[in-house]
Amino acid sequence: MARDLTGIVIFALAVIALTLLLSSGVWLNALMMTLYAALLALAWNLLGGFGGQFSFGHALFFGTGAYASAVAQVAHGVNAWAALALAIVAAAAVGAFVGALAFRYGLKGSYFALVTLAFAEVFRILALSAGFTGGGVGMMLPLNESIANLQFGSRRGYVALMLGCVVAALITTAWLRHSRFGARLQAVRDNEDAARAVGVDPYRIKLGATVASAAFMGAAGAFYLQVFQYIDPGIAFGPHVSVEALVGAIVGGMGTLWGPVLGAALLHALGEATRNLFGQLPGLNLVIYGSVLVMIVLFMPRGLAGLGAWRRNERGRHG
Amino acid sequence: MNFDILFASVLNGLTTGAVYALVALGLTLIYGVLHIINFAHGAALMVALYGVYGLKTVFGIDPYLALPIMVPAMFVLGYVLQRGVINRASHGKDENILLVTLGLAIVLENLALLAFKSDTRTIDTAYTLTTVQLGPAFIALPKVIAFFGALLACAVLLTLVTRTDLGRAIRAVAKEKLGAKLMGIDVDHVYAMSFGIGLACLGAAACFLLPAYYVNPQVGSGFVLVAFTIVVLGGMGSFAGALLGGLLIGVVESLGGLFLGESLGQIGIFAIFIAVLLFRPTGLFGARA
Amino acid sequence: MADALLELTGVSVAFGGLRAVQDVSLRLMPGTLGALIGPNGAGKTTLFALISGFLKPDRGRLVFDGHDITGQAPHQNARRGLSRTFQIVQPFAAQTVRENIAVGAHLHESGRAAALAEAERVAARVGLAAQLDKPAADLTVSARKRLELARALATRPKLLLLDEVLAGLNPQEVAEMIPVVKAIAAGGITVLMIEHVMQAVMHLAQHVWVLAQGRLIAEGSPAAVTRDPHVIEAYLGPGAAARLQAA
Repeated sequence: MARDLTGIVIFALAVIALTLLLSSGVWLNALMMTLYAALLALAWNLLGGFGGQFSFGHALFFGTGAYASAVAQVAHGVNAWAALALAIVAAAAVGAFVGALAFRYGLKGSYFALVTLAFAEVFRILALSAGFTGGGVGMMLPLNESIANLQFGSRRGYVALMLGCVVAALITTAWLRHSRFGARLQAVRDNEDAARAVGVDPYRIKLGATVASAAFMGAAGAFYLQVFQYIDPGIAFGPHVSVEALVGAIVGGMGTLWGPVLGAALLHALGEATRNLFGQLPGLNLVIYGSVLVMIVLFMPRGLAGLGAWRRNERGRHG
Repeated sequence: MNFDILFASVLNGLTTGAVYALVALGLTLIYGVLHIINFAHGAALMVALYGVYGLKTVFGIDPYLALPIMVPAMFVLGYVLQRGVINRASHGKDENILLVTLGLAIVLENLALLAFKSDTRTIDTAYTLTTVQLGPAFIALPKVIAFFGALLACAVLLTLVTRTDLGRAIRAVAKEKLGAKLMGIDVDHVYAMSFGIGLACLGAAACFLLPAYYVNPQVGSGFVLVAFTIVVLGGMGSFAGALLGGLLIGVVESLGGLFLGESLGQIGIFAIFIAVLLFRPTGLFGARA
Repeated sequence: MADALLELTGVSVAFGGLRAVQDVSLRLMPGTLGALIGPNGAGKTTLFALISGFLKPDRGRLVFDGHDITGQAPHQNARRGLSRTFQIVQPFAAQTVRENIAVGAHLHESGRAAALAEAERVAARVGLAAQLDKPAADLTVSARKRLELARALATRPKLLLLDEVLAGLNPQEVAEMIPVVKAIAAGGITVLMIEHVMQAVMHLAQHVWVLAQGRLIAEGSPAAVTRDPHVIEAYLGPGAAARLQAA
């Protein structure tokens, strides 16, 4: 644990140093978006990588957080920071609801993936049809720069906020690697019956992981709203966020500490490179993500971080 | 509520449902034999629809006449995809197949977005606007043709599976892969054939669907969840179930749209989907969970 | 009459038309090593699944350590001190031996370091000390059986259900495993083992139950049970007992 925490501290310091050194808005933006993508992947990794439950509709929690914050701020004048807290709680609650339903009825594997997809779609349609969410038009956050309003003039403020969330997610991940809860979660992932036989309650474990994962997604959703000051049903609950979250985690290496960060960084870099080469084309980003996903599953199913682990195992076998 | 409107809604639902059933049949075959959930099914349908669209706009080939082109083409696509990509990607774990079919779906959908933008396109044929009178309702002719065409395709598929050697091999592999292998059946080939047939169904479905419908890059994801709902409802591997499930879902969607409006009406389908997954994963007719 | 650690009364379960376990009643005394034998398909593993909670009985009652555990889930039974191993070993394949056993240790140790330390101690008891850092997927069959045993032991059970712990082992490995099981029982843990390796049954068991076609057809000391004509016929077919008598 100490090693993991040291790594996290070094990472945080590096990002802070980078933030202070960079002055170009473009680079700060890139840093911010990479951290955002890392948060999505880290969140997904908690449930998907460590828990072995693949959610294909993780945007469900993202969108819940985004809309919770939007409605709170716009319709009820709630303070932005409080709205962020509300977003996290709302997303966690939805996570608890969907998790309770899915795991109570023993949904696993493809069925779990399908049901998360279905719920995300249901919420998208509800957001499209409901009045208080602004329907298809979405919701706009009025410009009001101040720290109290969680709106920053320079990207630096957002980077700091994002870093805080990412560090929290990293610490949670590290905790999973060194705690009883994490050991039980991975046991359920690797062999649910064997885990039951040694006293693990799979329902509670999976539910806990879902709630934690959803909470971080909710934070990401609220963050998105603060940066872009706009949210609509497609962005909130659509496939883009769901795909970004899972591909980042898988490409980087499921069930590892740094995998999601690596994966997010790689995908973001790829996205930027192609954008520079071909311009801002709709769908290009996702073509890249999808292709990378297929390639990784074909040739490197343990992801980038898995490369290191594979080598360590091989050495252990012969050494 | 006017009976006439209700009647028309149900009939429309049945015609759409028949096409849904055809889409779901392919998915059922794939699930029944390979035991995988093909997340790329909707995207493949979208590709097929663009194929039919292209044949009409570029070569002037009528969608129904395009059947002998689309069905084999989609079959080949399916065979190659399964043998070349999906089979290789599994590494023996089901979750990898989930991910690789999802990846394929994302790639196909967004390649289409890149190529065609998100414009919705339709085709114009001599009969697109013709209607047929059935009782008090007027149903678009393409939809009526779609209904009978889809049923015919289902019948062909069922005959293939029950009466041919290939069909027997498919059923053997579906039931007992190892035993089938020991009997000399090339399981990899059967897997690829099944996947190919599953996608061939989509080729047929696209030919029947386009005259009455439209195509855009997102159309696939709309169908994918509906198709899954039908497969799960009908019982993961039961053809009869998929057929009846398709018709039922078509009617539910139509009536839902009638009473709740187009977007909310869709929720009815997802609600059914979630409910079936939770409470009766073996479906209404199915044997396997 | 002393209190039994495990008491089954009229336990039955059926799958569709197949009556897998029919009206089984038994009393297992604490501190003993019992064996459950019977021909293949008799329902022995099903009975273990019922006792440990993986299956719910259609009829009957199960009492463990004074508590009614009928219909309780496996994890609840494990927490009460009822642990089982599986006939086909179920390791956490991607995890190391130490991590595997630690999951069991976590039942009583909430701290990670304590659980890992306990895992090392338990590994030593079953002879896996040298392989603590090996991934479970890389172990031999014999080692995997020991791992399965170790993981269950780490939960500090009062009753340990061993499902064919000797299956798939060569005679040398069997001879190495028997003392391990004996030591566990000697340490105060009540053991009930399903076993086909008769040498182990004769050597280890104090009380034997015989299951055939879902029913208990005999029980008693190993010597008595193996002479019982009903038992002989269950294994060798009708008339076999008489033929053996005549021979």
